[in-house]
Amino acid sequence: MTTDFIEPTIDWAHLAPIIAVLGAGVLGVLVEAFVPARSRRVVQLVVTALGIAAALTAVVVLWPGVQESGGVRIVGGTVLVDPFALAVQAILLVLGIFSLLLFADRSSGDDAFAPAAAAVPGSAYEDLARAQGVRQTEAFPLLLFSLGGMMIFASTSNLLMMFVALEVLSLPLYVLSALARRRRLLSQEAGFKYFLLGAFASAIFLFGVALMYGATASVDLAEIRMSIARGDETAVGGLLMVGLIMVIVGILFKVGAAPFHVWVPDVYQGAPTPVSAFMAACTKAAAFGALVRIVVVVAPTLGIQSAALAQGFEVALWIVAILSMLVGTLVAIPQTDMKRMLGYSAIAHTGFILVGVVGLFLSADIRGFSGLGVRSTLFYLLAYGVATLGAFAAITLVRETTAAPVLTTTAGAGAEGGTAELGGEERKEDVRESTPILGEATHMAQWAGLGRRSPWLAAAYSLFLLSLAGIPLTGGFIAKYTSFQAGIASGATWLAVIGVLTSVVAVFFYVRIIVLFYFTTPDEESTDHAPVKVLGMGGPAGVTVVVCAAAVIFLGVFPSPVLDLVAQAAKFVP
Amino acid sequence: MPTVTSVAASVAASSAVSNEVPASLELAPYVILLPLVGAAVLLLAGRRSDRWGHWLGLATAIGSFVVGLVLLVGLLGLDAGERVYDMALYDWLPGGTLDVGVGLRIDPLSVTFVLLVTFVGSLIHLYSVAYMEHDDDRRRFFAYLNLFVAAMLVLVLANSYLLLFVGWEGVGLASYLLIGFWYRERKNAVAAKKAFVMNRVGDIGLIVAMMLMLATFGSLDFAVVHEQAPAASLGIVTAIGLMLLLAACGKSAQFPLQAWLGDAMAGPTPVSALIHAATMVTAGVYLVVRSAPIFDVSPDARLVVAIIGAVTLVFGAIIGCAKDDIKKALAASTMSQIGYMILAAGLGPIGYAFAIFHLVTHGFFKAGLFLGAGSVMHGMGDQVDMRRFGGLSRYMKVTFVTFGLGWLAILGIPPFSGFWSKDKIIEAAFVPVEGSEWQAWVFGFTALIGAGITAFYMSRLFFMTFGGKRRWNDGSGDVDGTGPQQGPVQHPHESPLLMTLPMVVLAFGSVFLGGLLAWGDSFVTWLEPVTGHAEHAEPVLPVWSLITLTLLLVVGGVILAWRQYAVADVPVTAPPASALTRAARVDLYQDAVNETVFMRPGQYLTRTLVYSDKEVVDGTWMGGAALLGTVGRVWRKAQNGFVRSYAATILGGLIVIVAVVLALAS
Repeated sequence: MTTDFIEPTIDWAHLAPIIAVLGAGVLGVLVEAFVPARSRRVVQLVVTALGIAAALTAVVVLWPGVQESGGVRIVGGTVLVDPFALAVQAILLVLGIFSLLLFADRSSGDDAFAPAAAAVPGSAYEDLARAQGVRQTEAFPLLLFSLGGMMIFASTSNLLMMFVALEVLSLPLYVLSALARRRRLLSQEAGFKYFLLGAFASAIFLFGVALMYGATASVDLAEIRMSIARGDETAVGGLLMVGLIMVIVGILFKVGAAPFHVWVPDVYQGAPTPVSAFMAACTKAAAFGALVRIVVVVAPTLGIQSAALAQGFEVALWIVAILSMLVGTLVAIPQTDMKRMLGYSAIAHTGFILVGVVGLFLSADIRGFSGLGVRSTLFYLLAYGVATLGAFAAITLVRETTAAPVLTTTAGAGAEGGTAELGGEERKEDVRESTPILGEATHMAQWAGLGRRSPWLAAAYSLFLLSLAGIPLTGGFIAKYTSFQAGIASGATWLAVIGVLTSVVAVFFYVRIIVLFYFTTPDEESTDHAPVKVLGMGGPAGVTVVVCAAAVIFLGVFPSPVLDLVAQAAKFVP
Repeated sequence: MPTVTSVAASVAASSAVSNEVPASLELAPYVILLPLVGAAVLLLAGRRSDRWGHWLGLATAIGSFVVGLVLLVGLLGLDAGERVYDMALYDWLPGGTLDVGVGLRIDPLSVTFVLLVTFVGSLIHLYSVAYMEHDDDRRRFFAYLNLFVAAMLVLVLANSYLLLFVGWEGVGLASYLLIGFWYRERKNAVAAKKAFVMNRVGDIGLIVAMMLMLATFGSLDFAVVHEQAPAASLGIVTAIGLMLLLAACGKSAQFPLQAWLGDAMAGPTPVSALIHAATMVTAGVYLVVRSAPIFDVSPDARLVVAIIGAVTLVFGAIIGCAKDDIKKALAASTMSQIGYMILAAGLGPIGYAFAIFHLVTHGFFKAGLFLGAGSVMHGMGDQVDMRRFGGLSRYMKVTFVTFGLGWLAILGIPPFSGFWSKDKIIEAAFVPVEGSEWQAWVFGFTALIGAGITAFYMSRLFFMTFGGKRRWNDGSGDVDGTGPQQGPVQHPHESPLLMTLPMVVLAFGSVFLGGLLAWGDSFVTWLEPVTGHAEHAEPVLPVWSLITLTLLLVVGGVILAWRQYAVADVPVTAPPASALTRAARVDLYQDAVNETVFMRPGQYLTRTLVYSDKEVVDGTWMGGAALLGTVGRVWRKAQNGFVRSYAATILGGLIVIVAVVLALAS
């Protein structure tokens, strides 16, 4: 290492997508500072939308060139722009647009975020802020920063850069999780839990990076691979292996794979629904992008030097995949809260995607990786993303009209202990609410008979559930099919069998909700739950529902163009 | 006796599939697309399209027919040997071990169906504009009709069993929606559900057949499966054939899955005409004929097909003799006529073309008969009991004449359509299959006697409705004859032009279509690229004697019915009757049998399942957790809301994984 500072040459053109998103985020902070409160929201919306749109355009423009050259290393080798990185960025941006629509939605008369997040829940200050119409428009720049971090996360082979990206994507999410307008204590609890556990996972990740540095004297995957290829004594030993697994665990925490999933149900349930949707769709995409890159770069070389190590690596992913599928599916069955159910569903889907990731390991030719695995992972992320975003969007449209005598949503979280003691204060807050439309009706019993009351929303939600269950002619089926196909092609047949079996069990709890919509008459007499009002589909959330439903069908009926595109993304900068 | 045809020859003839579709046929996807778009627009636009929705529905159906005509002209412009095309549309699941494409098969068989479906479909759309005029949900009705037409076209145009299955389920859905169109009446909703459930039983057959094909041939494309079928083991091919037959039985209301068709008459009459007479119920025949290369290989499967057809044709005919509900009598007749088609298809290469021939002529005259029945109901205040009709020929002349022509066609009186097609089937049934004469005698006489019974019950229906004395209340208070002046006052009248026009067009078909298509064997020759060329074979009795026998039986049946239902008085309530008639009135106890043999045990089974669901599914979770020991208990304890235990879980997971990996690596 030299002590002189060498100015890195920065290839701005290839960095454009990331710059656009992060730049718009910085601009958003300035907007907070200088634009008057009245017009702040509109300006923020425009800046955010333009930022994402510009980034998406840049990705599309860069695609042919990068596709041809196979990708470049920029910013001193810390950022990679290869077909895979661009594909993940495109998926993130598309899902980001839907998330933005949910962030901006005001179908209920207000957005999902607290008027003054710093106020103590239930305090006079909070009432004042609400009465004066104060809004927390910082949510938009936070969304952009997080999105920017996600984009970098999947576009780097430098582990330190990856760590920075991990923090850039996580910190805004911690804050966003705590910003819910309603059920604020639950939301703050979720944000705090997420922060503590996220910090813990980051520490594990960083420790792993340190161990890998210790083993190979490098933090760049490419150099680590060279070190392994040379057969350096430390590089093929237990030190590297433990480091690698810790790094992977840090990432698996973000995707919500069991047994690192523990935060998912609580946070998905407590966070504002748009944030839950954003986390479910985008965080997963970014973290899987990073995971695939690590597997693709390191595993083949590891396999050449030490088949046992590569096998151990694969077995680790097997364990996590099986656990995720089992836990996600089995624990989802007794859930009564919609958001919590989707949280467990997210865990199960992580397991299904991992089957495709395991499919990256080639059994026959250890030197390479399987393009099928890349294809299935990317397609799955997109198909799952639109289905889950659509489902969360639908949840934002089903609202309570007056406060429930018993706050069952809190009891839902408390079903497994923990948060029940907050119920009392929650109720007080909701009663004081003056607008007739209150928080989301997330208890499943409140959705009974939705098919009669609101046929389009019920139909769309059923479609999302069918896609999550993996029924043919929806994107979810193709996604699962390609994932299991990749798994079987690389010899992980039993993993795919477990995937199919858990999918069968999963159908039970998805279809149970559809049965609830169409075959259960709502109990009008019951006073257990607040009465429900379904909002119109004219707002951004309604648009999200419709577009996601169309996308789910498109991906199920005409998957081949998308499959071909993501198959072309199976190219990595070495 | 000469053997009929060599299997190899017909397989070779039907497997010359070309993938390069000529420009003249490139419009094919639009046949499906037009009604599909129509259905989508009508369903999505909702009430907004109430005013013009029915015209859009009609326009897409006619447009689809026009495209069908273009396809016909395109095919006719090619040599007979080059009329089978596979048009690849796109890859559904590209790459990998299983490449599933979506494509259309364009050949004489599919184009025949396209024309039948779109032509009869257009006429019935037109008829429905008037028939459903006073229904608030007319737009929804047209949306479903369009959906049906689109699904049916997918079914017949598919080039693989998978896409065929999509259409198969699509028509099942449309049929369900339309039978239960007036779903607010419980009876209709129950009938729709019954049809749906019984069809599911058949669908299992198709699904199992597809699984067997995938396992054996690795593909579901017609081209691949049909080419490789002769090389596969006989047992597998027979199993596939029988499973396909099960599917056909469900869709085509063949024994033993016939019970839903009578109840399906709960739907509006145009639906009965289009779906439950002319097109959807014949999909089973299409499936068998389309799978000819499979049945060619397996004589056993073919024999079962023929037996099912023969049983159903008698079964339906007997039920038809006892029904007083005009639509249910026609439904029984449909069942019986499809029995003829299935029988013909079961006869192998000599029968395929005649099965389709009869299917086409039947599509015309049966649709005409149903529309006529609809017209009668329209004029009689939705009365369906034939014992409350009588002497209607004076009041609805157009209906009387068109219905009469359809009646003559189904009887098989020369030169009407039915004669040309049904007589060929009877003739073919008398031909010994591969030298086995007993089959010829059994199937031949079944078909022959069936023709006689058909003549009886159709004449009964005709005379009870249009002949004899008035048995309805005309409000005059004048008690003439035996018709008591009870029930609602009726003012029978002819239906509007929009309804009579399709009936007239279909009546033309009943009169001329059969002779036209039989002219110089043109229809059979046209189908040859698909069904293969059948050598001419001699029946066990001379042809002239068969025709004479058939006609004698038919005339006998008509005279019997005339004496009993036109000359003699018909009581307005069903008189006590013999055991057979009583059985026929309740559909030969089909529902009782189904309930005892399948439904009750099924209900017990579901109850057991629900119980074991509680015990086993929950038990699995508990048991699974117990099996996983400490890890499992940590999970359940872990989700307690405390961050410290969450962090402990993560750490524990990390340690376990590291330990496992290191243990493996060392």
